[in-house]
Amino acid sequence: MVNYRLRVNPIMCQAHGLCAELLPEFIALDPWGYPIIPDEPVPEDLKSLARKAVAACPTLALLGDKAREPRA
Amino acid sequence: MTALAEMPGREHERHRAERLPRLLAGVAPGQPADLRHHERTYGTLDLPTAAWNGDRAAARRAAARLIDAVDRAGLTGRGGAGFPAARKLRSVAESGRAAVVVANGAEGEPASRKDKLLLSRVPHLVLDGITLAAFAVGATEAYLAVHGGNGKLMANLAGAIHAREVAGVDPVPIELVGIDDEYVASEQTAIVQYVNGGPGLPTFTPPRTHERGVDGRPTAVSNAETLAHLAMIGRYGSAWFRETGLRDEPGTTLVTVSGAIKRPGVYEIELGTPIGELLTLAGGPAERPQAVLVGGYFGTWLSAETAWPVPFARSSLRASGAAMGAGILVVLPDSRCGIAETARVVRYLADSGAGQCGPCVFGLPALANVLEDLAFHGGRGDAAERVASLIPLIEGRGACRHPDGATQLAASAFRALRHDVHWHDVNGPCFAAAEPPLLPIPGSAGSW
Repeated sequence: MVNYRLRVNPIMCQAHGLCAELLPEFIALDPWGYPIIPDEPVPEDLKSLARKAVAACPTLALLGDKAREPRA
Repeated sequence: MTALAEMPGREHERHRAERLPRLLAGVAPGQPADLRHHERTYGTLDLPTAAWNGDRAAARRAAARLIDAVDRAGLTGRGGAGFPAARKLRSVAESGRAAVVVANGAEGEPASRKDKLLLSRVPHLVLDGITLAAFAVGATEAYLAVHGGNGKLMANLAGAIHAREVAGVDPVPIELVGIDDEYVASEQTAIVQYVNGGPGLPTFTPPRTHERGVDGRPTAVSNAETLAHLAMIGRYGSAWFRETGLRDEPGTTLVTVSGAIKRPGVYEIELGTPIGELLTLAGGPAERPQAVLVGGYFGTWLSAETAWPVPFARSSLRASGAAMGAGILVVLPDSRCGIAETARVVRYLADSGAGQCGPCVFGLPALANVLEDLAFHGGRGDAAERVASLIPLIEGRGACRHPDGATQLAASAFRALRHDVHWHDVNGPCFAAAEPPLLPIPGSAGSW
């Protein structure tokens, strides 16, 4: 099972908020407009939207990591 | 600076009955110990001859033995994170690429004086450590980073490095780097970016510096005190190192003691010495103590009664909700306001961020506002809730740990001083809010 995780480079992020607009089910914004990314894999049904969010980030701050999770 | 007596060099034996001081044994009043005095106190630094005559395989085996000795000694980083020194050296050494060593001598903590003491009084001990680390990881470049604004220290260190060049002590030349005086400039990724010709600001990780640091090469960044301990292990071995301290946390550590204490200064203690005993060593409290700040501005407030019996060691401090940090204790007396002290420090940390990450840029001033409201303008009865809701919006959301240090300090104030917090929230500022700061705020009046 290949997991897909999101993380944000906080130095690059300029709080455009596109990621939260594309993926409101997973990404919330803090009071200042910066994304709060859950520390868990993106749910299967949101993966393609997550990839779109990564591609849409105007400052390339949103990063997607593929990682093979150890089986429980 | 230190209350520890100078130890005459000739009496120094490898198996001394008296165990302390170690690092501070060569501290002479008023001036840096020169190379001759240094070698008389601690003995000469003997690198394996393989390092000199170019037998690369033999040199690599000798380097691996040195790292094994550091491993057996159980040396951990003394800059704050407490990472095992051998693991860091090994990961850089095993990269198989030409590596770099960076000594971090630019202690950013305003309440810390230990690295400055080492570098200004026993500089060759730190420089020996750099050379041993360079040998251990197979480095071809070595740097010592200090605050460039301290011209006297820079000049003294340049002189010490020159004396070693003349004597042929260091196979890898040590380059002195003067970094900015800004708080975050001494963060390890900031130093690496500065050495690389960029701004002295923290960078996003990964890649971590041990994977990709100076010139993209594996880089071991170590605190000055850690390297001084390495210089001792290189001379006297791991068994000697373990003769003091705790079984799981052996050796000695430097602690900067300040605040309401009779003899403030830098003390070398066995790891595991109870905080109360350590403060007695420093003359005892100058006034009735209320709380102790442990670990510095990234640290934790503990109430005086909680702090006194706690052994100064990583595990026991962690169990008390604190951390060793860079080895700092500040005694807060009853006559001062811990909320006001915390508010000023959090404001200082908010002002001294790199300005790169949103949660730090917006979150820390918001946190400082709540604390200042509480300390100086009277609370609104909801300070604890406001802080509790802000902290998760800040913690762990910056590229470096700068914001996390500030939230930890604020959270600990609300734990250790909770009665005081409640009192302020209901009654407004206390009589001590107008007192001058006990915790030094760099760049403002009253700092030491």
